[in-house]
Amino acid sequence: MISNRRKLFLWTVRGGMWLATAITGALALFLMGYVLFRGVPNITWELLSTSPSYLSGRIGILPDILNTVYIIIAALVVVIPLGVGAAVYLTEYASNKRLVGVIEYAAEALSGIPSIIYGLVGMLVFSNNMGTSLLAGALTLVIMNLPTVMRNTQESLKTVPQSYREGAFGLGAGKWRVIRTVVLPGCVDGVVTGCILSVGRILGESAALLFTAGFAHAANGFWEGLRSAGATLTVALYVYAKEQGEFGAAFAIAAILMVLAFAINMAAGMVTNKFQRSKK
Amino acid sequence: MNEIITVRDLCLWYGQTQALKHISMSIPEHSITALIGPSGCGKSTFLKTLNRMNDLIPGVKITGRAEYAGQNIFEAEVSRLRREVGMVFQKPNPFPMSIYDNVAYGPRTHGVRGRQQLDGIVEESLRDAAIWEEVKDRLKKNALGLSGGQQQRLCIARALAVKPSVLLMDEPTSALDPISTLKIEELAVKLKEKYTIVIVTHNMQQALRISDRTAFFLLGELVEYGETEQVFSRPVDRRTEDYVTGRFG
Amino acid sequence: MKKKSNLFETLVHGIFLILGLVTIGCVLLITVYLVVSGIPAIREIGLVRFLFGSKWASTAAQPQYGILPFILTSIYGTAGAVFLGVPVGVLTAVYLAKLAPPKIKSAMGQAVSMLAGIPSVVYGLVGMMVLVPGLRRVFCIPDGASLLAAIIVLAVMILPAIIKMSVTALEAVPKEYEDGSLALGATPEETYFRVSLPAAKSGIAASVVLGVGRAIGEAMAVMMVAGNAPNMPDSLFQSVRFLTTAVASEMSYSSGLQRQALFSIALVLYLFIMLVNGILNLFLKGEKAE
Repeated sequence: MISNRRKLFLWTVRGGMWLATAITGALALFLMGYVLFRGVPNITWELLSTSPSYLSGRIGILPDILNTVYIIIAALVVVIPLGVGAAVYLTEYASNKRLVGVIEYAAEALSGIPSIIYGLVGMLVFSNNMGTSLLAGALTLVIMNLPTVMRNTQESLKTVPQSYREGAFGLGAGKWRVIRTVVLPGCVDGVVTGCILSVGRILGESAALLFTAGFAHAANGFWEGLRSAGATLTVALYVYAKEQGEFGAAFAIAAILMVLAFAINMAAGMVTNKFQRSKK
Repeated sequence: MNEIITVRDLCLWYGQTQALKHISMSIPEHSITALIGPSGCGKSTFLKTLNRMNDLIPGVKITGRAEYAGQNIFEAEVSRLRREVGMVFQKPNPFPMSIYDNVAYGPRTHGVRGRQQLDGIVEESLRDAAIWEEVKDRLKKNALGLSGGQQQRLCIARALAVKPSVLLMDEPTSALDPISTLKIEELAVKLKEKYTIVIVTHNMQQALRISDRTAFFLLGELVEYGETEQVFSRPVDRRTEDYVTGRFG
Repeated sequence: MKKKSNLFETLVHGIFLILGLVTIGCVLLITVYLVVSGIPAIREIGLVRFLFGSKWASTAAQPQYGILPFILTSIYGTAGAVFLGVPVGVLTAVYLAKLAPPKIKSAMGQAVSMLAGIPSVVYGLVGMMVLVPGLRRVFCIPDGASLLAAIIVLAVMILPAIIKMSVTALEAVPKEYEDGSLALGATPEETYFRVSLPAAKSGIAASVVLGVGRAIGEAMAVMMVAGNAPNMPDSLFQSVRFLTTAVASEMSYSSGLQRQALFSIALVLYLFIMLVNGILNLFLKGEKAE
């Protein structure tokens, strides 16, 4: 009963949707499969536990792993107070609507800026003053991830019931006391989510780090490491693939990054679910 | 009068719960039939069965027979059936497009392409829905700019544009103010010359004012069905009497 | 006692105010630094010659600093990525938001999150190892590292953002609209494409603009597959350099005017991004207003 013209439309859009979904799914499967297939065989204990040496022609990514961990820690230590503080200001203190608007607009602008720009400005502001170092890289990452932490904290602060605050104020608590005892504990989920997302972003970041943290592969302790230049896993992948043609090592790192990215996705999902349930 | 819809022993389940129990009734052509009863009594479900809008809900199971113009509703081609048996919803739901495009949506869907032909259908439908004079100068304006009552009449025009023979109305005035409600009621009475109308309503006065026949539903059962006057003044069943005199519901 | 606590509260308030202003400070910092370091080279080269000069030869004896090739490459590359990525993304989104059985929907949700989480260097690596040789073989060209390779990689990279945002927009379409269409005898597919899609159009437009922003700003993946020669993008198979990769590829060994010119390129890129963000905000605001 449906005219041929309608049938044609029906089957065109159905075909289009199936094809598009199949392409998306296939891409995800292919990328995952291909990277793991090429990378996992190259992941050896030696690769993970040594530093690279030109003398023996050995490639090791231990320094890169350490650098990644250091830079994540350093960036989070700075970004959490900044982001949480900004979120608290916006939801608890700010009474000027326009100021709130400007701050939120600024946060949106920050999250839209491409990482290569961050890299450049980070180089000008941090590296030119303190030298190319993990710390300079970490500070650059702080600016990049500030909106993420702020947004997530803000969202979860909004879910802290107003009655809690009123209750605490009613008992004669000062504003800071209310924030410390009632508001902040209520936004832990947002902070955790923001941190997980930031870690994911830092793990995947390369353009912002090339010119700020550099590409050295020396295994250092934490404090020493922060002061010296160093490649994170992503930067190391880039250098091995593009500059040195060491594709085995590049794929090994890619496989590790994929697994970590997957784990971070799961973790973020789990945190959101867990806290949502407990809040209800 | 000819019967346009005939239902025999219709039962409907949502999963485990039975929402309609052995409904049998016939609806005559060119009349207004009101379906009344307390919330959750199955009247809306019954209405939606007539153009198979229940198909969309997962877990629905239906037994029994329902015929439209001698044809089994459940075996009919859905698109064709819904074209013949139009529907107006509780909340006015014009599409977020122009007034013209709203009315032309149905005909376009069913293959009408000619500009002049569409213009004609749009004007005729809007006139039939008694809203032409109010909107003829702003057909290209977004339909969401209309008032609630106008939106509902636009939705009626939209339903009329595919030339149905039956119009199902699911509490069409419950979201409207009294004046808009009155306009829709007048419209319904006028429309029955051309169409058959089945209307679900919570408003006893409304049923009394406009309908020819009234069906009283309770807990999924059709308790009483007859001439409106008779149902309201001399109900056969005790429960009907309690309901229409306002003792519950 | 009272006074002391007031002082304390004011202090805390002040600290939080400063933390709140950090965000604005960062944006100002970035803007000021880019403008200050980007202007000198433009002044020296001349704005018109810089923006519309078609030859970039920064290390030649007679250096030339025309960035038109980069600008056009970025525009073509982004347009190409949108051209490929948007239809696939939107069609996938309609299927996932409206028609997909729950199992497929959740599996595809995972797949899309995974695509979003893959670092850009990994996209670059796979592009380099699979796509570039593949293009070389399929089109019989000397080198597969080309504008086309970059477009394909970018199209895949913007896919998750487009899908996620479009699904959200489509799921927010009131069910009443769809019921109204179905009740007129339209099939589900007709309903989703003729009513739901138009109703979600500002959200979908926003997703496209977001994709544009991502594509313009992407550096590493593009650097690994585009070939990086500063050619005019005359053909899909040419080795090209984007605005982003122009900055990245010479920064490590640049000096003098060349280095300053790189900052000017970054400034141009920044202005592009700000423009795109402005448009994005417009769409998002429009959606809220509705």
